[in-house]
Amino acid sequence: MIELSGVHIVSGSFALTDVAFSVPRGAYAVLMGRTGSGKTTILEAICGLKRVVAGDIRFAGENVTQLKAAERGIGFVPQDGALFRSMTVREHLEFALEIRRWDKPRRHERVAELAAMVGVEHLLDRGVVGLSGGETQRVALGRALSFRPAILCLDEPLSALDDESRQEMIELLKRIQRDTGVTALHVTHNRSEAERLADVWLRLVDGKVVDVSSDAVSSDAR
Amino acid sequence: MASNDSPAPRHRVGSDRWFYGCLILLGGSYIVLILLTLLADGVYVLMEIFLHGQWPAVRNVLVSEEIWYATKLSILSSTITTVLALWVAVPIGYLLSRFKFPGRALLDAILDIPIVLPPLVIGVSLLILFKTGGVISNAIAEKTGIELSMPIDFPYAIPGVILAQFLVAAAFAVRALRLAFDEIPFRKEEVALTLGCTRGQAFWRVVLPEARGGLLAAATLTWARSLGEFGPILVFAGATPMRTEVLPTSVFLQFSVGDLVGAVTISLGMVLIAVVVLVVVRVFGHRDLAGRALR
Repeated sequence: MIELSGVHIVSGSFALTDVAFSVPRGAYAVLMGRTGSGKTTILEAICGLKRVVAGDIRFAGENVTQLKAAERGIGFVPQDGALFRSMTVREHLEFALEIRRWDKPRRHERVAELAAMVGVEHLLDRGVVGLSGGETQRVALGRALSFRPAILCLDEPLSALDDESRQEMIELLKRIQRDTGVTALHVTHNRSEAERLADVWLRLVDGKVVDVSSDAVSSDAR
Repeated sequence: MASNDSPAPRHRVGSDRWFYGCLILLGGSYIVLILLTLLADGVYVLMEIFLHGQWPAVRNVLVSEEIWYATKLSILSSTITTVLALWVAVPIGYLLSRFKFPGRALLDAILDIPIVLPPLVIGVSLLILFKTGGVISNAIAEKTGIELSMPIDFPYAIPGVILAQFLVAAAFAVRALRLAFDEIPFRKEEVALTLGCTRGQAFWRVVLPEARGGLLAAATLTWARSLGEFGPILVFAGATPMRTEVLPTSVFLQFSVGDLVGAVTISLGMVLIAVVVLVVVRVFGHRDLAGRALR
C-alpha cells in the first residue's frame, strides 16, 4: 500500500538518502528510531509536506511523489494534535468534508459516526481550548479519519499522554484500524506502544529503514 | 555515593523582598509618570476654569465648528487608514512569518524605515514624491500630449491625510501581525493541507481565524497611531481648517497662538476618544475571542 524506493529528503542541514520500505494494505506499521533520526521527516515526505529530492513514493502502485498534500488523501495526526483554536470539536470533524463540499445531511451523518468512533460525542459543541491530552488526540484522530483516507499517518500521537489515556488510545487505534481497514504508519520512540500495535515493525537506523518484523519473536532485535 | 555523610547544612537564602521591591519601583515609576501627565492636563483645565475664569476659552473650543470638523476627520481618517493598513500588513506579516526567501532581511529593514524616519521627513518625502511625479507627468504631457493625472488629489487634501497616516501606521501593523502569525504553529496549516485545503484555504479558514486576537491588536495599534499622527500630515496635507485639520493639528495650532487652555482641552478630548475606542474594542474583542475559544 505504501511503498518508498530510493527516497532522498533534505531538511535543512539534515538529509536522508535512499530510504526504502513498504507497508502492505491494511497493516499497522510502526516506525521507530531515536529522537532526531528523521522519523518525522519521512512521515512528512509521505504526507506531501516535505519535498522529495529523488526517489518514488507509491500508494497502491500509484506514484504520488509529485502530488500535493491535499491530493494524497492521507489522514495525518501530528504530535500535539495541532487542533484549530477557532473551531469547535464538531467543526474539526466536519472540516475536511466541508472542503470536499459534502452536503449537510451527509456531513452530519458522518460527524455522528466519527464522534461515536473516537468517543467525543459529549464534546461536539465545545471549543478545543481546555481539552485534555487524550481528548485532543481523539479529536485529531477523528479529524484525520473524517474523509475516509486509505492511509493514516501518526506522528508520536501518544507521547504527551498520561499512562491511562495512552492505554485507552492504543485500544482505540487498534479497534479503529481493525474496523476501517486503514493502512497505518505510526511513528514513535516508545517500545511498548510498538509492541502492542505493530503488524509491521520498522526501525530507522543511521538513515536507513529496516523491517525488523521477522525478528519480532526475539525482542532484543527490536 | 557515601551514604554516611552528614546532611549538608541548610542553604539559607536572603529575602525576595528586594527583588519584588525593584520590580514595583522601576515599573511603577513609569506608570506613575503616565498617569501624572494625564492628571496634570485635567487639573490644569479645571484650575483655569474655576480659579482663573477661563471657561470662555474652553467653551470656544467646545463649540468651535473647526474643532468638531477636525474631530470627525480624525476619527474617520484613522478608521480608513486602519482598514487600508490591515490589507497590506496581513500579507506582508504572513510572508515574513512563514517564508524564508532571498531579500527577506532587506524587506525587513525597508519596513523599519517608516518607523525610524523622523515624521517630518516622511511628510517632506511624500510631498517631493508627488511634486516629482507632477514634473514628470508634465514633461510627458509636453512631449507626447498624453495627460497623466492622478484621479484624486493627495497633497493638501483629505486623501493626503490618510496617505500620511497610512505610510507610518502600516509599518506598525506589519510588526504586530507578524508576531501574531509567528505564534500560530505552521503544523496547523500543514494539517489543513493534508485535509484537502489549498494554501489559500488553509490561510483563510485556519490561520486568519486563529489570528483574530492579533488582528484586533494590530488594528487597535494602527488606529491609535493614526489618531495621533501629526508631523507628516502637517507637511503633506497642511493644516487648513475645515479641510485637512485633524485633532493633533488643532492642538498645535491652539498652542502656537498661545491658547494653552484650548490646546489642553483638545488634548483631553483626544485622550477621551482614544480611551473610549480602546475600551470598546477590548471589551467586545475579548468577549468575542473568549466566547469562541471556550464555547
